[in-house]
Amino acid sequence: MTSIPDKRPSLAAWLVKSGAVVLRYLAIFVVAFTLFGIILWIAGKDPWLAIRDTLTYTLGSGRGLSEVVVKMTPLLLTALAVAVPSRVMLINIGSEGQLYMGACLGTWVALSFTGLPAWVMLPFMLFMGAMGGALWALVPAILRARGLVNETITTLLLNYVAPSLVTFFIYGPWRSPGNSFYPQTPDFVPAARLPLLGDTRIHLGLVVGLVMLVLYWLLMKYTRWGLEMRAIGGNAQAAKRSGIPVTTYLILALCIGGALAGVAGIAEVAGAHGRLRPGFSPGFGYTGFLINWLAGGHPLGILVMAFVVALITSGGDILQINQGLPFAVVDILLAITLFVVLARPALRLKGKRA
Amino acid sequence: MTDPTSVSASPAPLASMRAISKSFPGVLANDRIDLDIHASEIHALLGENGAGKSTLMKILYGFYRADSGEISMHGRPVSIFSPHEARAMHIGMVFQDLALIPAFTVAENIALFLPHLPAVLDARAIESRINEMAARYDLQVRPRALVSQLSIGEQQKVEILKLLLSDARLLILDEPTRVLAPHEVQALFRVLASLRRDGFAIVLITHKMKEVLECADRISVLRGGRVAGTLTRAEASEARLLELMFDKKLPPLQTQGPTPAGTEARTLLELRDVGTQAVGAAPTLSGINLRLAPGEIVGVAGVSGNGQRELGDVVLGIERCAAGRKFLFGQEFTRRSIRAARTAGVAYIPESPLALAAVPWMTVLENMVLSRTQVFARWGGLRMDWRAARSEARLGLERFGYSVALDVPARSLSGGNLQRMVIVRELAPGPQLIVASYLTRGLDVHSALAARQALLAARAQGAGVLLISEDLEELFALSDRLVVMFAGRMVGEFRPADTTPYEVGRLMTGAEVAHDVHP
Repeated sequence: MTSIPDKRPSLAAWLVKSGAVVLRYLAIFVVAFTLFGIILWIAGKDPWLAIRDTLTYTLGSGRGLSEVVVKMTPLLLTALAVAVPSRVMLINIGSEGQLYMGACLGTWVALSFTGLPAWVMLPFMLFMGAMGGALWALVPAILRARGLVNETITTLLLNYVAPSLVTFFIYGPWRSPGNSFYPQTPDFVPAARLPLLGDTRIHLGLVVGLVMLVLYWLLMKYTRWGLEMRAIGGNAQAAKRSGIPVTTYLILALCIGGALAGVAGIAEVAGAHGRLRPGFSPGFGYTGFLINWLAGGHPLGILVMAFVVALITSGGDILQINQGLPFAVVDILLAITLFVVLARPALRLKGKRA
Repeated sequence: MTDPTSVSASPAPLASMRAISKSFPGVLANDRIDLDIHASEIHALLGENGAGKSTLMKILYGFYRADSGEISMHGRPVSIFSPHEARAMHIGMVFQDLALIPAFTVAENIALFLPHLPAVLDARAIESRINEMAARYDLQVRPRALVSQLSIGEQQKVEILKLLLSDARLLILDEPTRVLAPHEVQALFRVLASLRRDGFAIVLITHKMKEVLECADRISVLRGGRVAGTLTRAEASEARLLELMFDKKLPPLQTQGPTPAGTEARTLLELRDVGTQAVGAAPTLSGINLRLAPGEIVGVAGVSGNGQRELGDVVLGIERCAAGRKFLFGQEFTRRSIRAARTAGVAYIPESPLALAAVPWMTVLENMVLSRTQVFARWGGLRMDWRAARSEARLGLERFGYSVALDVPARSLSGGNLQRMVIVRELAPGPQLIVASYLTRGLDVHSALAARQALLAARAQGAGVLLISEDLEELFALSDRLVVMFAGRMVGEFRPADTTPYEVGRLMTGAEVAHDVHP
């Protein structure tokens, strides 16, 4: 169903359109991997072997695939944390900080209420995680809504504050007494661990992420609020004059973004680690920003891109072990992918002119 | 170069424009205009906004290219295709929004503009040239001052110095007095007079009658892209200029009698001593008192930028009242939101539909529900009833006799169709209070008629209308009452039958601050 029921596109037209989209994405990856191969070749490695290794150890085995999905879980949520504010033209670079604050508040629940049963504990943790992220986003949101400071700056700067706060708690009140070597909190009680899928490391966070993705899609496509958000993103002046409460939406959108990043944080800690460590996030927030950018805010695009980026980062681990390549190759491949995506409109324009 | 003693009747004018035409999409800005500019003369271009003054001068300055017509300098035909070429022919222009770099000093700004800038700047030489020229024409500014620290009046001096130092002999000033305080205006006129003595030709673009009579030697009046007449100062009088500026013929008779305005039991809108806060260069309102009764159309006349737009914004609630109180439908609305005003029954047709009313990337149908999303929301907002929205939109379009495609993005519509979309969206639901700015701008005759008819129909059903326009004909035809805005104040209030377009035109151009006709 389209948003305008009277005019459904025909099935054939839809197939042609989606076919074109798939082809375009495929072309992007072929170009990106070719460029990546050239760089590996210059570095004196066998590009073919590297790419084959990457694919066989990730897509080729159940274990590898499950690890990709584990990596994808927080990325889904942090990408959404950028996508929701971006619908009202807010640029949230702060999902990294919001993720840390979510992990922080969620961990507080896990460490303080150890007697709770899991069915109370987990929703409570996730809720407080969401609160942590939302509160961390509330500061930039209010400053922006009042017209004081641009949210791009404030969200970015708060990214440097949040990990320090987490580190403070880990070195201070929450430090595990048992292990003096690695600074970390005590292990979470079993009731505070997210359930896993079978014998993989895939945890409940994936379900949360997928549900949020679907909710985001429904929100933007069908609801009154999605319509009003699109109006603000398209022309804030017109939206304001139409009586849409723009300021309220700006604050809410950024806080919802923060909440999603916060959930990503606590889900990662309670699902994949079982304890809070400083620096537990290898830049999930920033990568989420990249994913949303690559996907253009489209829900399906976010799912695909989150998977691909997770695959690339997993591949990096493998290349590090198998080929002795530095982990920086992952950054190179991600950067190349971004470049190719950015160059895409230009390529299309040239095609039209020809 | 030119003989300073030559009188305006010298055989070859410094610049002459012949049969200049220029059209923009949907507008014929200049329609076969002839204009002569002589040395040692201040030539005023007078006309309403949109009369084509700036366009004509931007053609002379090479900023726009004319569709047809020719320009000659000293009797020789020339082609001017860029400001660079215009400057080579000693033509200079000061734009309405000054074009200085705030972070640079005065001397640096002027140096940037000089035609033969050496690779290594000799700051001293430039400064001494600036000081010399400034002393001669009473344009003192400190060459080392940062432009960001100068007042607007001083910045204008810098702009003029810039032109003088780059050897311009023909200076075009686009509404130079718009941003100046009265004493600065006097100083500017003294500068212009001394430039005239030295043989410069000066073109002054303005819509202020009083200034024209004060300093111009020759006055060309533009109306609707044509020259309505050229007068020398001796021939000009306020009455004659007004006659040329605003159409001579009287507005057509109203087709329907005004509704009895005696039913003042209820007021739709009441502003009590409303004032707004100054933000940037936007005009601020002060001391606005206005009442609007059901079934009444109040026309707001004024040259744009004198606070009419802000008046409309205050009524809807976009602009906050810094002083005074606002009542809508008998209730205090001074601090209430736009949505509250909308829900209470205020419709708003802004001056520029693309910038202020439509979301370009959304479809026409989506745009048409934007101001009333709550009406079409189902399941508490989880779903939108597009079927109902579509049938209502169709019905509205039909009623107005418009045809606009519903499933195309709004950005693909022409200006006229966009305006139709907004008119249907705002007027079809039957609002009680309508704020309409430049209602018929961009509409063809037929659609304009339909839009005006819609306003009259709304009035017949008891709605009140605040009609903001520069088109005096439209205001006189539709209004039950007219108020005139100048510099953020209401300077006159009339019943159309008790006044003439000349009277209103005089107040609009600030020729005099009215004796208050408040009852």
